[in-house]
Amino acid sequence: MSILTEEVEALLYLFAAVCFILALRGLASPKSARRGNLIGALGALVGVATVFLAEELSNIGLILIVIAVGSAISVPASRMVKMTQMPQLVALFNGVGGGAAAVVAFLELGAADTVGFLIAVAFTIFVGSVSFSGSVITFAKLQEMMTTRPVLFPGQRYVMGLLTIAALGGSVLVVTQGNLTLGAALMAVGLVMGVLLVLPVGGADVPIVISLLNAMTGLAVAASGLVLGNTLLLVAGTLVGASGTILTRAMASAMGRSVNNIVFGAFKGGSTAGSTEMSNRPVKSGSAEDVAILLGYSQRVIVVPGYGLAVAQAQHTMYELAKALEAKGIEVVFGIHPVAGRMPGHMNVLLAEANVPYEVLQEMDDVNPQFKTADVCLVVGANDVVNPAAKTSPGSPIYGMPILDAGEAKQVVFLKRSMRPGFAGIENELLYEPNTTLLFGDAKETLSKVLSAVKAL
Amino acid sequence: MDSINLLTYFVLAVFVGFEVVSKVSSTLHTPLMSGANAIHGIILVGAIVVAGHADSTWKLVLALIAVLMATVNLVGGFVVTDRMLEMFGGTKKPSKGAAS
Repeated sequence: MSILTEEVEALLYLFAAVCFILALRGLASPKSARRGNLIGALGALVGVATVFLAEELSNIGLILIVIAVGSAISVPASRMVKMTQMPQLVALFNGVGGGAAAVVAFLELGAADTVGFLIAVAFTIFVGSVSFSGSVITFAKLQEMMTTRPVLFPGQRYVMGLLTIAALGGSVLVVTQGNLTLGAALMAVGLVMGVLLVLPVGGADVPIVISLLNAMTGLAVAASGLVLGNTLLLVAGTLVGASGTILTRAMASAMGRSVNNIVFGAFKGGSTAGSTEMSNRPVKSGSAEDVAILLGYSQRVIVVPGYGLAVAQAQHTMYELAKALEAKGIEVVFGIHPVAGRMPGHMNVLLAEANVPYEVLQEMDDVNPQFKTADVCLVVGANDVVNPAAKTSPGSPIYGMPILDAGEAKQVVFLKRSMRPGFAGIENELLYEPNTTLLFGDAKETLSKVLSAVKAL
Repeated sequence: MDSINLLTYFVLAVFVGFEVVSKVSSTLHTPLMSGANAIHGIILVGAIVVAGHADSTWKLVLALIAVLMATVNLVGGFVVTDRMLEMFGGTKKPSKGAAS
């Protein structure tokens, strides 16, 4: 159907593009975030409706069926996914977007005429493929379907070097020859490179890589806009590429890492692999009653929640405990590390799910000076974010990451499942300090025990 | 569309993209990333175009795969972002009930 004139089509695309800008702007502040997202969805709806009305398309029935199937898959998946598993879902969505961009560019290869056009095609095929396979690997890492440690093999950097040459050479060939076989070969190189790019990245850095791949998909979509001469794709993709780049840098600096180090750190032969040794040094472990007494007779308690809390679905119990303590006149605040959980801001989402009020959540810079005056720091299912190695041992993979100074509290209580190291795979010295008490077990179970013990005091 | 126009759009969009997210608290990094992720699902428009112009069966099949992937990205992206933000909204103003 080409019902719309070119002018109307352009105006509607402009409207959609403005919606996307407003969406990103809205998402940058807590008050307008949800509305911003809905405005973005409206822009997407207008954009998709416009293409149906403006272009002369065949196979419309089939396309609509496939869109219905895609929605039928993704809506329940997004609605039902556990909030703890949300980062990998975002990674997966990002990957399929990149894959779609690569396929679109590949199919347009036959219609290619000018050099500029062919460069855009080659770029989209390659970057889209890298984003697709890279996202699949990040998904596997976050889902713990594979090791979260950096995966390295001898000669990896040479393989990467060769692949880079292959990618550049392949792109030149695609641009000069423009046939589909070469396009497919470039796609294959991109897929392998995406895998190799993400494999050496350590578990704790995976969120930053998702953000980076997100920005890359944005650029691939922008380039596909050049290929199709579609301004909406160009503008939307560029917006995501640019904002995604800023976001990646912001996330990296929140973790005290540089993007370069994360992506290429393992290649440089640094110590990113982390220590695997499990020491047998003695630790002090206590019972739920001991912990309840510690908590019940203190004045100020700072809770440091981590991913383990959310995995055990113990946020509600944690908040119950906080309320029980407050009822006894004890001050309780939650110290939220910027990257607590699996992504920056993830912990806020997880606690919000359990109705923990926004006011008791304090960001790292606000809570850090308070540890000195805190009687007890209760670390639930967190590890890396309180690991002093980030400050004291320059060789450690997390060295330089800002941490919560839990060790400065008079007493530190760790609720842990086991002595297993955290996501970054590093031993935590804080566990062996004399003022540290460990309480082993499932976070939800132990918290309920502590809760009833506190109530019985 | 001539290329200099497209270049203009590109450069302007880069600056807008940098500008709109320059000051974001770390609390919102995850929803923002997820929202941006949904926005590039608009590649669906491109996938629809190639599917609608496909002149052979294998091209149509590939293009429909692209439509499927793009739909998942676009629809799923917005839904999951909304779900994240729903929780922020519910707890920000607990005194005012379930508003927003």
